[in-house]
Amino acid sequence: MTASDVQSPDDIGSDQVNVTCTVNGKPAAFSVPPHRTLMDALRYQLGLTGTKTCCAEGECGACTVIIDGAGVNSCLMLAAEAEGRDIVTIEGLGAEKPRGICDLQESFLEAGAVQCGFCIPGQVMAAEYLLRTNPDPSVEEIREGMSGNLCRCAGYQRIVAAVQMTAQKRAIP
Amino acid sequence: MTDKEKRTDVAQQTIDDVALQTIDDERAMTGAPLDSEQADALAGRLQGGVKQGHGSGGAASATVGASIRRYGGDDRVTGHQKFLSDLRFTGAAEATLVTLPVACATITKIDTSRAAEMPGVIAVVSAADLPQPVPRFGISHQDRPVLADGEVLYHGEPVVAVVAETLDQAESAAREVEVTFDERSGVFDLEQALESGAPLVRDPSLRPADDENRDSNVLETALYEWGDNSAAADGADVVVENTYTFPMVTHFPIEPGGTVAVPTDSGGLDIYSPVQHPYLLQRTIAKVVGLPLAQVRVFAPDPGGAFGGKQNPKLEPLLAFLALRTGRACRLVLSLEQTFQMMRRAACRVKARTGFTTDGALVFHDLECDYLIGAYADVAPRVMTKGSYVAAGPYRIPNARTAARAVMSNTTPSTAFRGFGSPQVAWATESQMDAGARQLGLDALQVRQRNLVNEGEAFFRGPYEATADGQWHQSLEKAAELIGWGQPLAPNRGRGIAVAIKPGATSGLSQSLVRFLADGSAIAYAGTSDMGQGARTLWQQILAHELGTPLDKVRVISGDTGIVPFDLQTSASRSTVFMGNAVLEACLDIRQRVLALYAEATGVDAAALSEAPGVLVTPDGEMPLLEASRVALGALGGEFVGQGTARRQGRKGHPLGGDAAFYEFNCTAIEVEVDFETGELLLHKHVSVSDVGTELNPLQVISQDEGASIMGLGHSQMEQLLVDDHGVIRNLGALDYRIPTFKDVPVELITHGVENHDGPGPYGSKGMSEGALLCTSGALGSAVSDAIGMPVRDLPLTPERVWTTLNQAGAQPGGGEADT
Repeated sequence: MTASDVQSPDDIGSDQVNVTCTVNGKPAAFSVPPHRTLMDALRYQLGLTGTKTCCAEGECGACTVIIDGAGVNSCLMLAAEAEGRDIVTIEGLGAEKPRGICDLQESFLEAGAVQCGFCIPGQVMAAEYLLRTNPDPSVEEIREGMSGNLCRCAGYQRIVAAVQMTAQKRAIP
Repeated sequence: MTDKEKRTDVAQQTIDDVALQTIDDERAMTGAPLDSEQADALAGRLQGGVKQGHGSGGAASATVGASIRRYGGDDRVTGHQKFLSDLRFTGAAEATLVTLPVACATITKIDTSRAAEMPGVIAVVSAADLPQPVPRFGISHQDRPVLADGEVLYHGEPVVAVVAETLDQAESAAREVEVTFDERSGVFDLEQALESGAPLVRDPSLRPADDENRDSNVLETALYEWGDNSAAADGADVVVENTYTFPMVTHFPIEPGGTVAVPTDSGGLDIYSPVQHPYLLQRTIAKVVGLPLAQVRVFAPDPGGAFGGKQNPKLEPLLAFLALRTGRACRLVLSLEQTFQMMRRAACRVKARTGFTTDGALVFHDLECDYLIGAYADVAPRVMTKGSYVAAGPYRIPNARTAARAVMSNTTPSTAFRGFGSPQVAWATESQMDAGARQLGLDALQVRQRNLVNEGEAFFRGPYEATADGQWHQSLEKAAELIGWGQPLAPNRGRGIAVAIKPGATSGLSQSLVRFLADGSAIAYAGTSDMGQGARTLWQQILAHELGTPLDKVRVISGDTGIVPFDLQTSASRSTVFMGNAVLEACLDIRQRVLALYAEATGVDAAALSEAPGVLVTPDGEMPLLEASRVALGALGGEFVGQGTARRQGRKGHPLGGDAAFYEFNCTAIEVEVDFETGELLLHKHVSVSDVGTELNPLQVISQDEGASIMGLGHSQMEQLLVDDHGVIRNLGALDYRIPTFKDVPVELITHGVENHDGPGPYGSKGMSEGALLCTSGALGSAVSDAIGMPVRDLPLTPERVWTTLNQAGAQPGGGEADT
């Protein structure tokens, strides 16, 4: 039994909210208490535990997902707000690719950007969002664009390299 | 057991520090294009093979010495890696903790009746519900109660645990628990804790009667002394005397972690916890709940960052009792805030007095180091003992005295943290070297060149002398070269350089099994926790090299005390050396077994056979090991199993329990620009050079050195835990406690590894994962002082602190300073 399977009497309002949305290209439907964050709904309702929980207050970026094309801290969004939205999580990013790994994820491995790995799904999602909005970022733009994602192993140089590497790969048609 | 007996016990246990091993080198990924020389050098590092080695005759290798991708990397980039909080347990109940809003209090009443009636609640447990007396545990002193026993001694100490069907229900019920308490006066900093008549954190009646410090907050002391400081002081031409402080900082692992305890059908317990020391946890749980070791199985999912904070048991004993009491799997996932209340680095104040001759030679060095530890001992006494052991620095000092104390306070119990007490004292000694140099008209490089020991020369004297185990001057010179020492500086800029050492593990036992399977694939069982340092990648590389198995056919199994042989711990950057040698030995064992069975199967005289990495050498030439093993195994098939053990005994009487297996030596140099209007620092260039022996995986070495450098900058520039008058942590959480982000990385960050293949690990390697933060503070302080013409003696160097220093009388950009 998981945290959200049973309705809590302490929930604000006793009603569950039914949410239908698109997650990683597929329709998804779930029912949550109104105060449940999208981060927890992804992790516990949908079992998509690649989205990580660290600070749970929008500072660390470990829970970053892409919603309707925008990078979002899923801990700061209520699950109920996901109604009708198109959500991409780390599990969806390379799902269609060989080995389940997209070019950006490949670059993270190649550049040595992965240490303990806990922040990495969030870093990858933030980098994907950055590259979609700025396909050829400078180092300064990468540092600025990624500054909402903490890495205590401090693999920052390697992550910058991975983003640069991906930009170069994508520039070649 | 008395406290004294416990201490003896501990000395024999050999506790060491922080984990994270690997190896090291150079890198400048700054966005500026590499020039061709740099590019060549980098390409060489990333592809290079082993140049010589202890284990295997020094054959160049496509695997060892190459930047092999991280083992387990695919799962980490796809989100499939299962960390503790990602694991699912059928029928698990959720646990939550009740704590008090103060640090120090006597508990007068706990009323759980309302909470127990709440929906979904399975159990509400306080100390009264535990075996009596309440079990206590700890690595050096068995002082930490499973739940608060009549009092709380620090902010966040758990008083009551609530177990319910869901987390919502557990949290709702927790709010209905009524704890009545009387707040007591606590001590939250060194001044308070050492004041005469200060409230005592530990009741003197719990301490041995002959403990001379029992009526104080001093828990343990260390004294290292050689020569005669007072006599030597007369011979010094220049004496500098200053006090330096290093604040409390917290580990801030991005994975907060947690524990799940699962009762087994046979009356035992499975414990899931992302710890660095699964075997220590197994032993602790077995002892606390009274089960045989074989009935306690610890699963240690990869820690999502640990840095020393996930070494020693904390809440696991509580979860074990909850699981036994409820008969349910009990799950507790921590918040980041809770990690602040569970782990931190000891703050430190160092009073230093140092004498030099006119030509800059050290005459004497006198240090009084007070480490502010927390409310329970954890491994903090060892941090004090081992950190202060190297307080005088890697220098040629004829006379030295270091007196250190571990001082208890009503704060989060301090524990191992990357560097293990060395960064705090290096901050003081390195600043003193600069202070002396300024008075003598020398620069920071010259004073270090003058005093740094040569290979084989003692930096710690006396019956247990310690000598330099590497050519440390090479690192100093390389860092000076890479930072551009002596070149003109732009306005408002300063340059600093510093060195430091840390003793590696002093003893230990690592065991490994390797299975060489019928198809040539191989499995290593190695108990090192892989928390980001990439230990498993190294084992994979060693197997590939020694057995000739392709990298992608090597598996590594760790994190399960039920099937993986014993490993003392993942700490003190020991694993490359200790477990590395065990894995290497297991591979050699396999080759010898193949040889013996091949001789038996073929009738070839064993004396005519020999083995080498990946091959059996027969009179007809080299044969791939796989082919030889097939011949040897014959029709029955099967596999070869090799065993390896790395055992290092301590040394009786040694102040650290034994000589360090190796030293981590690092030299860091920094060029900084100071904004004189705001006090902000802009780091233009940061150079970190470590003496690493051999880089087994250059990319992982780079990652460790860059990571440690940036973590060191966090400690030096922005991090500090603040507590209020009630001992409550004021900056509890990511909003208020800053760690470095992408934007805090120096404009240019270069790391370099000096390789002389002179380490005790496989192929001449040394442990290296802590080196790059040992003297970061010293180098930054040196650079800032150079820029503003004023010394800085307190960390962190926030804009406010720099600005305040600047606005004291006498600040002159690039000007001199009056040390007294």
